[in-house]
Amino acid sequence: MAVARTEDPGLSRVILLIAGLIAVGLCGAGILVLLDPQGGPNLLASIYDALGNSSGANDLRNGTGDQLFAKILLAVIALLVGVGGIWLLFIGVGALVSQLPPKWRDRILPWVFVGPALVLLSVFLVYPAAGTIIRSFMDNSGQVTLRNYAVMSDPEFVGILRNNVLWLVIGTAGSVLLGLIFAGLFDRVRRESLAKTIVFLPLAISLVGASVIWGFVYAWQPPGTPQIGLLNAVVVGLGGQPIPWLTTSPINVFCEIVILVWLQTGFAMVVLSASIKGVSSEVIEAARLDGASERQIFTRVIVPMIRGSIITVSTTIAIVTIKIFDIVYVTTGGRFNDDVVANRMFHEIFQFFDDGRGAALATLLFVAVLPVMFINLRNFRRQQREA
Amino acid sequence: MSAPAQPIESKSVPRVAAWRPPFLRSLPLRLTVFFICAVWTLPTLGLLVTSVRNPANITSSGWWTALLHPFEPNQWTLSNYATVISSDGMGSAFINSLIVTIPSTVIPITIAAFAAYAFAWVPFRGRGILFTIVVGLLVVPIQMSLIPILQIYSAGNLYGSFLGIWLAHTGFGLPLAIFLLYNFISQLPRDLFESASIDGASHLQIFTRIVLPLSIPALGAFAIFQFLWVWNDLLVALVFLGPGAEVRVLPTALYQLIGSRGGSWHLLTAGAFLTMVVPLIVFIVLQRAFVRGILAGSVKS
Repeated sequence: MAVARTEDPGLSRVILLIAGLIAVGLCGAGILVLLDPQGGPNLLASIYDALGNSSGANDLRNGTGDQLFAKILLAVIALLVGVGGIWLLFIGVGALVSQLPPKWRDRILPWVFVGPALVLLSVFLVYPAAGTIIRSFMDNSGQVTLRNYAVMSDPEFVGILRNNVLWLVIGTAGSVLLGLIFAGLFDRVRRESLAKTIVFLPLAISLVGASVIWGFVYAWQPPGTPQIGLLNAVVVGLGGQPIPWLTTSPINVFCEIVILVWLQTGFAMVVLSASIKGVSSEVIEAARLDGASERQIFTRVIVPMIRGSIITVSTTIAIVTIKIFDIVYVTTGGRFNDDVVANRMFHEIFQFFDDGRGAALATLLFVAVLPVMFINLRNFRRQQREA
Repeated sequence: MSAPAQPIESKSVPRVAAWRPPFLRSLPLRLTVFFICAVWTLPTLGLLVTSVRNPANITSSGWWTALLHPFEPNQWTLSNYATVISSDGMGSAFINSLIVTIPSTVIPITIAAFAAYAFAWVPFRGRGILFTIVVGLLVVPIQMSLIPILQIYSAGNLYGSFLGIWLAHTGFGLPLAIFLLYNFISQLPRDLFESASIDGASHLQIFTRIVLPLSIPALGAFAIFQFLWVWNDLLVALVFLGPGAEVRVLPTALYQLIGSRGGSWHLLTAGAFLTMVVPLIVFIVLQRAFVRGILAGSVKS
């Protein structure tokens, strides 16, 4: 493929240089606006001043007036600086580097490309992870201690860990099994894509939104009054007593897990369905000729053949369940023996102001996902070797 | 909720054709599938119906009764939405969500695309080990970052600022972005790059004129992922933006609505549906691209 080169020395180079300098200046100004906590309103106020609208400017500085417009202005600047600035950086530094002798150019250019990503990964993931592990071995006065981990043997924390194990086992197994069954069932009906879309759609809904949806399904009214929650209406309709699902331990943990299964089954189904369709029809024909029933074909032929996908889906959902936070935080706050590690961590930091314990709980989550990290790395290494 | 019948994936793969049993034998199967779809739809349908019901009726009868008498006067209303949008501030939270989500989607994609290209096609020392670190970072819980980043943000006045949350979402989204884009870009045919270098194209030119246009499917798939993730995120928004009315996003606002209007289902349902509108539209319209992204990210046989 031919790539056109615009080699027009002299004039175009001067224009490029000037344009580059102006762009750098604008980016710098944009960053200053973004760093100012009142950047949006202040900038808009200055614009209003320049246009002679001083009352509008004063309103903005006092926190009233066109705040919405100021916010949108800020977002536009963020996009221009964020995206434009990055491109400017890559192109500008890339152009500079390509003036160097080839040996140096080839050494430096890759770092221009990966540099911004590496800086951000270091600042937002690597450095904080190290900091959190260290912090978990310190108390609030900075003394080294193991106390943050020792509390985890308290009955309260044992309950929290038990709930996390329930989430991990039931949440993962439930989503993957249902996803597998649905993939197998839907494969055999005519309206397959509609059924799939219906099961898949909840994946777009936030955990907070899903918690409200299911909070309404689980809604409880005193016996004798009309039940407005679907589940209790069914229970009462069948002659039972209404149950306050979300505040009754231990069923509340299971009711919360159902919310996640409702969301994640679609994900498992879509991935597994794609793998099932990848199983060659010849293999299935052969099994059928050997006299296998449809169910046997599914459990003994198809499922073993898509084992790889089942493992990938399981690990992905397992990580979600280990880190589960939103559902517990929103439905009950973990107040009815249904607390989990991530929710407790949040409360340790923002309610009890015990960063050490918060850090220890975060480290616990980290240790829990380490096996998945090793599996990922091993698969990746194998892939590299095959390539 | 009714969803348009969009095929989830192409039918080009060989199908298990002889699987379809005769009609009568398939009746239990059809009923089962119908039951599953009903169970998956009813919770959301209940939310939607309740959000447009007259508040007086909501506590006195189940939402399904409204469907039995759809033409009863004074039954339906949009006032629940009007209330949550204006007096409960969900309208301004909606704008904030857009302001947080769009830069938090575009910026990481840009940075990740450059990095993924270099990891795939530009040889440099330490490339293997650095990319292995990126793969390792894929599963590191965000919880590991909260305390140290919060300290940096408090010291640097970034707490509660849009800039702060854009940067945080960019950092947290980068490992997956780099990984997905690398998987795609590294599969591009080698000939493309060789002939372009022979023609004298620089890496920058190859990237902008060949790699980027060809990577649009992968860029789009990740964009949908990141958009949905940021739009639906509660934890990062709570920790780094906080509950202040000028900056709070939809999930935070909905959570606060539960606290302040706990039993008022007419407002909670309307508020919840408001948070779901944009992701549902994105999802239904771009379902194919989204599924492609999921399959590219998770099926590695």
